Parts: sequence; C-alpha cells; structure tokens
Amino acid sequence: MVEVVVLGGLAVAAACLNGAFAGRPAEPFHEVARLLTTQRRVTARADRPLTRIGVVSLPVAAALAALVVPFGDRVAVDTAVGVVWFNAMEVVAWASVWLTGWGVNSAYALIGGYRFVAQGLAYELPHMFALITAALAAHSLDLRTIGDAQDGLWYAVWMPVAFVVYLLSALAMAFWGPFGHPVAGDLAGGAALELSGPDRLVLTAGRYGLLTVSAGAAVPLFLGGGSGPVLPGWAWSLVKTCAVLTFLVWTRRRLPVLRMDRFMTVAWTVLIPATLLQMLVVGIVVV
Amino acid sequence: MDAGFWVLAVAAVGFGVAVFVVDSMARATFALLASFLCVGGELLLVGLSYLGVLIVLMMIMEMLVMVVFMVMYMMNPAGLMPMTMTHNARGALAISAGAFAALAAGIFAAPWPERAGRPPPDPTFALGASIMGPKMLVMMVLGVAILATMIASVVLATSRGRYERGRDDA
Repeated sequence: MVEVVVLGGLAVAAACLNGAFAGRPAEPFHEVARLLTTQRRVTARADRPLTRIGVVSLPVAAALAALVVPFGDRVAVDTAVGVVWFNAMEVVAWASVWLTGWGVNSAYALIGGYRFVAQGLAYELPHMFALITAALAAHSLDLRTIGDAQDGLWYAVWMPVAFVVYLLSALAMAFWGPFGHPVAGDLAGGAALELSGPDRLVLTAGRYGLLTVSAGAAVPLFLGGGSGPVLPGWAWSLVKTCAVLTFLVWTRRRLPVLRMDRFMTVAWTVLIPATLLQMLVVGIVVV
Repeated sequence: MDAGFWVLAVAAVGFGVAVFVVDSMARATFALLASFLCVGGELLLVGLSYLGVLIVLMMIMEMLVMVVFMVMYMMNPAGLMPMTMTHNARGALAISAGAFAALAAGIFAAPWPERAGRPPPDPTFALGASIMGPKMLVMMVLGVAILATMIASVVLATSRGRYERGRDDA
C-alpha cells in the first residue's frame, strides 16, 4: 500500500509544481484551507446523490488505479491483468465528470460533462491501442512484466507513436492543460462550475491523482520500469515518474486549450490509424 | 468468499430493480451500471480476473454512451424532467416474473455436469484458444477490418454533417 501513498504524495507535489509555475508554490495548501472553510453552494433541483457519486468517484478511481502501478518490483496488488485494471479505473473519469456536470442542474456544467464524454470517445481508442502495443511486445498484461521486458531498449524509443499517444491521453483523461476543454473558461468552469468547498477540493484532488497515476503507469509501460544504474528499482521508478509528471503539469501553462471536436477529428483520422500501424510494426517484430 | 458472492448477487439484482423504480434516465442508467459492476465483481471472485475487469471497463464506457443517447431521445427537453421507466406495468410484471421463474427453474432442473480436470493456469489464454482455436488469425484480421470499416464510415458520414470543417470553424 505504500506505493499508493507515494503516488498520493506525488499528486500533492504536482499541485505545488503547478502553483510554482505561476510563482505561488504554496497555493495548493491555501486552496485546501479556503475550500474546507467555504460553504457548499446549493443549486435548485440538483440530483445530489449523482453529483456526490461523480465527485467522490474520481479520486477513488485514481487510488484504485494506483493499486497496480509498480515501483521497481514492488506493487500494492499483484495481478496478471494490471493493464486492463488501470484502463478500467481511468475510464471511471468519464462517469465522474458526466455525473458531476449533470447532477448539479446547471447548463454550463451540463455542457462541460458532455464535452468530456466526447473527449473520452476521442482519446480512448488510441489510448487503448497504445496500451495494447506495449502489452503485445511484452506478451503480458502485467505492468511489472512489461517493465522487466524492456531490457536495454525502452518501449518509448522503439514505439514512439504509442508513447506520444499515451502522453496525450494521460492529459486528456485528467482533462488537464490542452485537454481542459470540459472545465474550460469559455464555460465559466464547465463541469466543475457549481462545485464549491469540499466538493471542489475532492474533484481537484482526483484530477491530480489521475494525472499522477497515469504518469506512474507510463514508467513500466514505456520507460523501462525500475531499470537503471546504481540506484535501486523503486528509486528509478520514482525519478522517472517525477519526470513524466513534471512534463504533464508543465503543458498546462504552455499549450492552448484544444476544442474537443477538433481533437476528435485528429484522434479518429490520424491517431487511430497511426497507433494501428505502430501495433502492426510491433506485432511483426515480436512474432 | 461465499458471503462476498451473495452480497454482490443481491446487490446486482437490487440495482436491476432500481433501474425501473427511479424516475430519471440518468439514475436508471447508473443503477444499471452498478448492477453490471456487481456482475464484474462476481467474475473476479470466481477467479476470471480478465473477464471481470473487462466487464467493468466495457460497461462503464457503454453506459456512458447509453446515457447520452437515452437522454437525447427522451420526450421531454433533455430528459431533465421526472419520468417513469415502466409501461404496461401489469403485463410487464407478469412476463418478467414468468421469465424469471422459468430461468430459475432451469437452474435447479438442469443436470449440471461434474467438474472434470483442474482450472488452467491462465484461464484468459485458455478461453481465447477455445473460442477462436485455429481461426485466431482470421478473427484478428476480421477484428481490424471491422474497426477500419467503423472508422471509415464515421469519417465519411461526418464530412457531410452540419459541422463540416470550414463552416462553423471559419
């Protein structure tokens, strides 16, 4: 379980890093204090159970996904289908954001929720093909086996398309940076518009959690897992996770927000064929 | 393990009933999703981890797509008004009770075979091999062909849609 706690700590660090890029590294702690003391905003005829389920399920899904992310040889839950479990848990974000947007009974929040489902349909297929490509090369759905299979040559090097697609979908599943359209400013905050106080805190924590977990899973999938000189495996996993996470957080203030219908066009006409070709090449090489 | 099985079984049926009791399409859809998640949990309990996790994954995606379509096709604006999930309540109740009784009777009446052999070390692999067997290559090619057809038809259909590039993007 210590791996899950470490990833939770990294999520807090990611929030601080995001603040630091804006010159306010302690901002997350101020925000926590502010949100915990803010009164909850109540909207008329809101579907409260669905909203609560939506808000709470996001960090829960991130924590459940973290169960299968290995640090070196250590992993919280040892399973042969880690890749599929990770995939299933991050799809929970679709339900979380849609429910949050729907439940509060507010037009802009509703549009934000629908935007995320559309974005999900755009990123999910290329994302799945990227995951399958790495699993295909290692002949395993176990994240540790995939990490161990990359002796010498990282999958990020010889399947770059899959790696780039994975990074894109990591941003998209956490609706972060260029994929922040579901909670964008043109909707006054989109799906999260009506959330205030503890609700907003929980949803934000879940978002950082998803971002961190997807950075953590990138390490065994594409960056050789815990392999590296001198340091032990878990330390290398930690270093690589931090590097990926820093990159993901950095994109937020560097890249403009993409409209998800434009991303949809690119995803279905460019990314899916590209990932299929990548999988074909990998399939021919390993078989 | 047995307790877990029964808790999930009762929860699956309970959420299934909830689908027809709640008064909103969103709640009905997510009650159905909860029921499917319980079924996925059952498969995890009997050791079919791949199938169990796959059901969780696919059902979440399917129900999210379904809720969009169900709400879209509702009679009232955007499905935001309360509604009832049942029609012809008496007839439906009779048919569903009859079907349930027949299926439950089948469970007790069928002569179940004794277990022969042990579970394979990798049930996922064994299942794939027994479903596809020597046709594996054909099935894989077909799978990719179906996907390519889907993508191509979507691309062709959208290029003539009302959101054609150059109109609202300009």
